[in-house]
Amino acid sequence: MLIDAAARPGGQYWRHRDGDDGALHHDWSRFRHLRRRLETEPLLEYRPGHSIWHAERTKSGFAIHTVHDESPRTLHSRSVIVATGAYDRQLPFPGWTIPGVFTAGAAQALLKGQGVLAGRRIAVAGAGPFLLPVAAALAEAGGRVVGVFEAGFPAAFARHPSAVLGNPAKLAEGAGYLRTLLQYRIPYRTRTAVVAAHGTNTVTGVTIARLDAQWRIEPGSTQILTCDTVAVGYGFTPQTEIPLQLGCEMVRDTDGSLVARVDSRQRSTVKGVYIAGEASGVGGARLSAIEGELAALHAAHMTGGPAPNRRHVARLLKQRSTERSFATAMHQAFAVSDGWQTWLEPDTVVCRCEEVTAASIQAAIDDLGAPDPRAVKLYARPGMGLCQGRVCAYATACLVAAANHRKPTAHDLLGLAARPIAHPITLGALAAKPSNAHQQHSEGS
Amino acid sequence: MSSLPQSAQSRQPPFTFTFDDRPIQAWPGQSIAAALIAAGHRSWRTTRIEGSPRGVFCGIGVCFDCLVTVNARPNQRACLVEARPGDVVSFQEGAGHDDLAC
Repeated sequence: MLIDAAARPGGQYWRHRDGDDGALHHDWSRFRHLRRRLETEPLLEYRPGHSIWHAERTKSGFAIHTVHDESPRTLHSRSVIVATGAYDRQLPFPGWTIPGVFTAGAAQALLKGQGVLAGRRIAVAGAGPFLLPVAAALAEAGGRVVGVFEAGFPAAFARHPSAVLGNPAKLAEGAGYLRTLLQYRIPYRTRTAVVAAHGTNTVTGVTIARLDAQWRIEPGSTQILTCDTVAVGYGFTPQTEIPLQLGCEMVRDTDGSLVARVDSRQRSTVKGVYIAGEASGVGGARLSAIEGELAALHAAHMTGGPAPNRRHVARLLKQRSTERSFATAMHQAFAVSDGWQTWLEPDTVVCRCEEVTAASIQAAIDDLGAPDPRAVKLYARPGMGLCQGRVCAYATACLVAAANHRKPTAHDLLGLAARPIAHPITLGALAAKPSNAHQQHSEGS
Repeated sequence: MSSLPQSAQSRQPPFTFTFDDRPIQAWPGQSIAAALIAAGHRSWRTTRIEGSPRGVFCGIGVCFDCLVTVNARPNQRACLVEARPGDVVSFQEGAGHDDLAC
């Protein structure tokens, strides 16, 4: 059984509309092939629109608690493949709560999933290769992209020539986006960031600034640009609620994200729990598909299926290694530096849900002596709102670690990552007796 | 802030719902948030504490910034809820009321 929180298959990468011809998508033929297999595989049941709010271990395997249209349902399985993906990682900056500041993923999702341009004059900002397809797609759809402001320094790729040159497909993809930027005369400025957004009810402009190697603003380099929209993202945060609920061991990856530790079979440290895609390390759609196939082959074998073909597995492992090397090179080239913390004003909101400011977080650290994000959460409430810290956990962990003169650890990230209820459900649904269905397999949404 | 040409949209015709009594056009399958943005709206709620305007931020159901009242039910994520013909969508001030377990 495939449990998908979305209304249709494709995840974030191939997010689309009914009747979509794939014109806005990369690698669409690959998706059509996968979707055909999903539709024709007789043993596979697909459940769209089902969110998993809790997963737990049972005597014989796992109980997966889902909610669909507010009605709860529990599924039982012997193994679980978690493929929950990721969402844009954010760094707070003055004005980032003004309507018109979107995550880069939101701008992309509105376009690919909804056929709607997020705005007319758009600044694309943040760090990482994802900014390129977002800017290219917005321009091709008729948006005026005033610039791509990349805080990182992509030339750092040069330090990893083998990882980068070993992946010509990715290089070609990146070159294609850069050509689109050229074609639309969109400036691509590295070591540059949107350090503030302006406006009250909607964005009216941004301040951009050139950054030094630590991402501090270079004096005299700020400039105000007129725009009505910002699309921003600093890499990705994997969705790790389910592996955390199941007790999987978590580690801090090279990009600073909390991810589940997996072996060559995509096995987590909990027997029967496999992880594929970003929840085991951010690396993009191609890597995720390879990991998904590996996980599926081994999970099927573990639950009584045939042993996977060794040569096929070896080929997948080689591809996984190539993609992971590339991802690691990306993580290092676009690594977030602590200087972003100097962009904050005391009244800059860090936790959007509880409206906790940078000053409140600083006070929890300085005046109350909070040693880690968990203590800051208790004292100042960041991460206590509806999103449960999904948006502010990374920034909060960075702020606490920097104030204590250290780097964020897996322990720091864990402090704001545990979410016993992964998806909001009504009290009525929680109280209702769930209907049960017994299944051999289930996959994470 | 506009929808793409019809060729890029669903082949079915658009319909309307209302946002604070004003008609909003939506295409079949579109989220309430997408239709509101296409109609030029940026925010449809204010926050509990500061009363600040908010609209879409993450666009994929993660951040809960786009909460709105749909058919008298508050705290619906506008980016996830598909618009339906005749929906009555209204601006949400503060918490609406809390009916969520978390």
